[in-house]
Amino acid sequence: MINSKYFFKGFSCIKRMDSPAIALGCCFIAIGALLKNLGFSIQESIFSTLLTYALPGSLVMAESLLVGASLVNIFLAVWLVNARLYPMTVSLMPLLMHESQPRWKYYLSCHFIAVSAWLIMKSNYQTVEKENRIDFWIGIGTATWSFAIIGTIIGFIASDYLNKDMMIGLAIVNPVYFMCMMIGAMKTIQIGVSVILGAILGPAFYFISPEWCILYGGFAAGTVAYFVGENNGN
Amino acid sequence: MATNIVLVILTTSIATYLSRFLGVVSSEKIKETSKIFRWFNCLAYSTLAALISRVVIFPSGALSETDYLLRFLVIILSILIFYFSKRNLVYPTVLSAIILTFLNGYYG
Repeated sequence: MINSKYFFKGFSCIKRMDSPAIALGCCFIAIGALLKNLGFSIQESIFSTLLTYALPGSLVMAESLLVGASLVNIFLAVWLVNARLYPMTVSLMPLLMHESQPRWKYYLSCHFIAVSAWLIMKSNYQTVEKENRIDFWIGIGTATWSFAIIGTIIGFIASDYLNKDMMIGLAIVNPVYFMCMMIGAMKTIQIGVSVILGAILGPAFYFISPEWCILYGGFAAGTVAYFVGENNGN
Repeated sequence: MATNIVLVILTTSIATYLSRFLGVVSSEKIKETSKIFRWFNCLAYSTLAALISRVVIFPSGALSETDYLLRFLVIILSILIFYFSKRNLVYPTVLSAIILTFLNGYYG
């Protein structure tokens, strides 16, 4: 059903030099501590990471709970902040699709699409032939997902020992890791312009609309980058 | 906090899975060599970059309690460490947490 050779090849990404383990661990430790302070039980915290597995969504959920938002409001706020997963999925799945593989694998494993697993897959997919990529991807996803869950448990248990300065330290690790990963991925004109313009326009659009700035900024920057790249040989 | 936590978790996860699910549905018709694929590739990277720089410049939660100059300094130092360590990801991530905790305790 799942080719174990490729599954474990993917799973072992957690041991490599560009491993997301530290970044994932740190940010989910912070989430575990945050959820405990919000009044979640350990089962609920694990359940949350298990089912959502997207950090900005969990943060929005926590903030909405604090202000007592309704379920509809929570749904819309989370959907908006996680809408970036749509272009991420569309730019990953066509690389993994092969007629010999069953469709359920794609619909189940899309749950693993989050920045860390996605960036690793994007920089390594060429090392695996197309028909086995989905099993490789499921391996990467399972590894990062498990790490996120372990991080949540550690954070929940350790929350009493984490002071404010340590929480601040944990919070910077994730943006630093992703920024370095993205700089490492800037190998074509299109990706280079996308990353640099996105980083400028995202915060710039914040002054127009704090809720929509990521999508507006991302859309504008990505579209400009696409045309710049197309006119300059990608 | 009257809302049921389990319902909140389910709502959050459905709202998150929705974008992933629709992404797979759309992917069925998109070839990896097509122009639309390349466009979506740009959109994915630019949206991520927008998200990350927003988190650094307009943070919520613990990071919002630090001075923005400190955050900038840590990000620039981390990128330099990333280059000088031949693109090793462990050094910049671990050092960024230590540097920010130290600087914030000192100047914050």
